[in-house]
Amino acid sequence: MIRIANGQGFWGDWLEAPVRLVEQGPIDYLALDYLAEITMSIVQKQKQADANLGYARDFPPLIGRIARQLKDRGVKVVANAGGVNPVACAREVRRLAPHLKVAVVLGDDLYDRIPDLLERGHALANMETGEPLASIGDRITSANAYIGAFPLAEALATGADVVIAGRCTDTALTLGPMIHRYGWKPDDWNLLAAGTIAGHIIECGAQCTGGNCQVDWRSIPDMANIGYPIVEAEPDGTFVVTKHHGTGGRVHSDVVKEQLLYELGDPERYITPDCVADFTSIHLEDVDPDRVRVSRIRGGPRPPQLKISISYEWGFKAIGTLVYSWPEALEKARAADRIVRERLAGLGLEFAGIYTEYFGVNACHGPAAAAPPDPPEVQLRIGVRGASRKDVDRFTRELIPLVLNGPPTGTGFGDGRPPVREVIAYWPALLEREEVQTRVEVVE
Amino acid sequence: MKIPLSRIAHARSGDKGDTVNIGVIAYDPARHYQTLLREVTPERVKAHFGELVRGNVVRYELANLGALNFLLFEALNGGGTLSLRTDAQGKTFGAALLGMEIEDPESV
Repeated sequence: MIRIANGQGFWGDWLEAPVRLVEQGPIDYLALDYLAEITMSIVQKQKQADANLGYARDFPPLIGRIARQLKDRGVKVVANAGGVNPVACAREVRRLAPHLKVAVVLGDDLYDRIPDLLERGHALANMETGEPLASIGDRITSANAYIGAFPLAEALATGADVVIAGRCTDTALTLGPMIHRYGWKPDDWNLLAAGTIAGHIIECGAQCTGGNCQVDWRSIPDMANIGYPIVEAEPDGTFVVTKHHGTGGRVHSDVVKEQLLYELGDPERYITPDCVADFTSIHLEDVDPDRVRVSRIRGGPRPPQLKISISYEWGFKAIGTLVYSWPEALEKARAADRIVRERLAGLGLEFAGIYTEYFGVNACHGPAAAAPPDPPEVQLRIGVRGASRKDVDRFTRELIPLVLNGPPTGTGFGDGRPPVREVIAYWPALLEREEVQTRVEVVE
Repeated sequence: MKIPLSRIAHARSGDKGDTVNIGVIAYDPARHYQTLLREVTPERVKAHFGELVRGNVVRYELANLGALNFLLFEALNGGGTLSLRTDAQGKTFGAALLGMEIEDPESV
């Protein structure tokens, strides 16, 4: 049996989680997930500004902090902290933790290859809209292939203490150690599906140990010290989801079910670079307190194409707010919204989108929310987006004047007008997997 | 008699681009999975969210977990970084669906 823990569900997750996982009980592998879809464009910009950057900057100091425990306890780290510059990330880890052996997985970054790929007839069409990539031309800010678990296993086979990848799938961080330790083959579809589903369960950190859980949430113990998840994986593909003894939170089949369904599409076809996993085959069993056994998982052959994550400069947006107080707060906020829209039209400004919410009334649930009786206050929240920075900037000047020239009791403008933010949008595409060749390097 | 869906099920929701997914899970699958199948149809889910969901609603069945998975298309004002919504990631759609009224399975 091997123990694989997840100590980071996204870049910005709890800094203490990976430290506690290493210190509070036995684990063999520590998986850390840093990359959301839009993170790649952020790190690509950082790299353009400084060739030594372009990775998750929280990661090297973390490894520096736990380097001694990793070595003493024999814990290996697998992380997609490399962003678009895994080698620079590895060098910084080596600087802060010189006794650790560090390997990187390269080959996912396609940014420089886009013109060549287009020229050779790859459309890289948007998976959601079908538009060809050529339509966003020179506005591309990053392009990465989602790579799977086998390159991570290859990196672990170098004897590395820390494996750093760029854009690998979140689930590969968990499956990679299983492939490495159990020698699973590229066509062991059921086993690969089992490891993939184990990865899906723990990839969002504490979301499978009682975090964001709707089942009797008040009774979940000691959430301040919530334990992050651990998978105890067997060579036959069965595994137990658990957490360290004495930590807070709860691992129960109800909690695991919620996470299994999180960000799920067609449950019979959960597609990864390694296999297609069938979520309708999963069998869950509560075997002990805070221990859920998962078995009977089936999978099918991996797809011929890899998913490509491309980001591009879309335009600009701004979101502004004003608060109206009782009485008739909602009615006043609605009147203010009509006035703003009329003034924007009068200025001849056109936006790709204007969106209004009444915070405290319908912001989260829209028409599904029950209408409250005359509420004590309502926040008017108006957002616009468009291609023109100038137009979006002009919008940001239209809210505060309403305090004096609109309906009564407008307030809550203390932070001034809202900032104009650049919008980097996401473009998912497919590419034949033969085009993506990964390689492993040990960084000295 | 009507009861809220929250009486027999829990849920979690998330995003993929402009699409929201909602997993709806029976607390007691043996008693209530069939109720979910009968009461929580794609048509009723779409109607529950009204103008918030501009596209289709598709339902998948996971009998092994006593759960249904719904995909709500064009539900996040463009999704991701484009979205102007407070809940741009659809985190609260699951809770919203649990407020839907269904026929009390004990009275059917």
